[in-house]
Amino acid sequence: MLKVLSGMGLEVKFPQNQTCCGQPAFNSGHRKETEKVASHFLDVFGDGDEAIVCPSGSCVSMVKHYYPELFRNDPEKLSRVEKISSNIYEFSEFVFQRKETLSLNSAYRGRVTFHDSCHTLRELGINSQPRELIKSLNGVELVEMEMADACCGFGGTFSIKYPEVSKSMLQEKTDSILDSGADAVVSTDMGCLMNIKGLISRKKMPVKVLHLAELIAFEDTK
Amino acid sequence: MITERIDFKKNSAEALKSPKLKKALVNFTDRSRNSRKKAISEVSEWEELRSEARRIKEQVINNLDSYLLELEESVTRVGGKVHWAKNAEEASSIVVNIARENNVRNVVKSKSMATEEIELNRHLISSGINTVETDLGEYIVQLCNDHPFHIITPAIHKTKEDISKLFSEKFGVPEYEEPQELTNIARKELREKFLSADMGISGVNFAVAETGTITIVENEGNARLATTYPDIHVAIMGIEKIVPKFEQLSIFLSLLARSATGQKSSTYVSLITGPRREGESDGPRQFHLVFLDNGRSDIAKSKETRESLYCIRCGACINICPVYRQVGGHSYGWVYSGPIGAVITPQLNDLQKTADLPFASSLCGACRDVCPVKIDFPHVLLSLRQRVVEKTKGKPNPAQFMEKMAFRIWSFVFSKPFYYNLAGRMMVFLQYFYQKENELQGLPYPFSKWTKEKNFPAFSKKPFRRRWKEKYSAKMEHQ
Repeated sequence: MLKVLSGMGLEVKFPQNQTCCGQPAFNSGHRKETEKVASHFLDVFGDGDEAIVCPSGSCVSMVKHYYPELFRNDPEKLSRVEKISSNIYEFSEFVFQRKETLSLNSAYRGRVTFHDSCHTLRELGINSQPRELIKSLNGVELVEMEMADACCGFGGTFSIKYPEVSKSMLQEKTDSILDSGADAVVSTDMGCLMNIKGLISRKKMPVKVLHLAELIAFEDTK
Repeated sequence: MITERIDFKKNSAEALKSPKLKKALVNFTDRSRNSRKKAISEVSEWEELRSEARRIKEQVINNLDSYLLELEESVTRVGGKVHWAKNAEEASSIVVNIARENNVRNVVKSKSMATEEIELNRHLISSGINTVETDLGEYIVQLCNDHPFHIITPAIHKTKEDISKLFSEKFGVPEYEEPQELTNIARKELREKFLSADMGISGVNFAVAETGTITIVENEGNARLATTYPDIHVAIMGIEKIVPKFEQLSIFLSLLARSATGQKSSTYVSLITGPRREGESDGPRQFHLVFLDNGRSDIAKSKETRESLYCIRCGACINICPVYRQVGGHSYGWVYSGPIGAVITPQLNDLQKTADLPFASSLCGACRDVCPVKIDFPHVLLSLRQRVVEKTKGKPNPAQFMEKMAFRIWSFVFSKPFYYNLAGRMMVFLQYFYQKENELQGLPYPFSKWTKEKNFPAFSKKPFRRRWKEKYSAKMEHQ
């Protein structure tokens, strides 16, 4: 992500104190614990003067859609949430807005398939941007898998609470990926990628698992 | 009412073991997803219809009391009788009493989830009243002593071979293979039941407050027969089923048929306004409408979860749900399954006993996208999850206690960068025992739940922030 953004001529900062947006606790019903971590997020990312770019759509959705609810009784934090919300972006949407500055010379050669991560797609409404970016890369071909928009089964703590159900969903996802004939699967959320890669590595399936940024900045490792 | 805790984990593990079930579920969900998609693509103003339907339902639920009174008045005006039932027991006794007062011996029923909810069949049968389901799927389910697997298509877990065997056993006929032959057997059996019935029981899809008209939507004609041929018609409706104006029905009928079965319109849409009138030669002589609350007015009070009552029971959320697709209807342990079950079962029953259900979702949100009244399922599920955590504060079970502790520690570590970095370094040290190349395997409980089937990425020895610091130390003044 750093390589891609710097390559686009942008100055990138990395606030050293950042940790997490709090979504794992929020999605498990632990409101108080979420507030603590989310407040830290607000402290770190300050006033939202600079664009915040995130490699996972679900974190962006947490800030945009669920922080307002989380801090509904705290006007001071709520106003910071509003500012930050208007200037936080999922990686692909941010890059797509500035695509003319993007170098399209990924070293990757081959067919990739795209998995819509649920929150990027359904909470942020992003589906064409990452696909357009993939298609524009030289030497990369996009092939659609069946049910690209079906959940991979991650769902945060869902995958620990009901691992058998989660695995069954994931199995369908990796079957679709293999059936597509692609040699890499690309997505826009670290949660989905970690989940999908978990099974692909375990079963030694012949498919690479890449974040969109890794695909764009792919380097020949020889 | 649920008496024992619903164990979603156990139920779903059981369901996952059956390849036959998986095949049926994949076929069914693929088919219904595609037919819905096609049906809605033909309506250019689909989104406007959804918004309008949601607006109407919002209005109904926010003013439920006055609409119910208006509906009661309208039904009474056209010669019907309204009964108010606070809970399942009351509703069942009302129906049993109507049957007893009229010496009813045989009842035919059309499909109704409200009657499943109050276990009406059990009450009627134990009072000595023969009660038969007449929807083909429900009839099959009743013959097997089973429960519906889906709110619209209750017997999708049965193959035609299962049904062939069942009919052969029950009716002493050969094991037919063709669905047409099987349907003919059911039709013959059921026709006798219709002819000897003194009372018909139905559900209600929509009840129009201004006219007192109830609407029943179906594809087999059994509901029309059950509500017109017997002398008494009893309809049972969840109190949320109201539509204020007659002209608004068309919106809901269009949304329901296309969302539920991908049809432009259901084959039979019956509009019933009161019993037989003077001078008419057919139709029931008595019309009773039972208002079933059973926890719904409590849902209406909650700002966060009120929208659960907007549901028109189309089942689109179930058909699109990737979790339902794996585990099927019975895993949800009660009448309603899939996302709507996960949302409504805990609110109509004891929360502790149903605490698994709000967590039985990956929060993917596909259900929200297809819902004809735009119920924000992830949002409601999250509210219910918070409610579960709040309610179990006093006496959590060991797993809940462990989780609470884990998130307490997590929130401490993740709000203090010093401890966050320290924890990262500790992980690098601890993972040494589990590391294989760049990934972890065989982690201890509870992470074993992950590494049983999948690898987990290893923590980097040199975390990103350290590499960043080294590379950009000159520019560090701003952070």
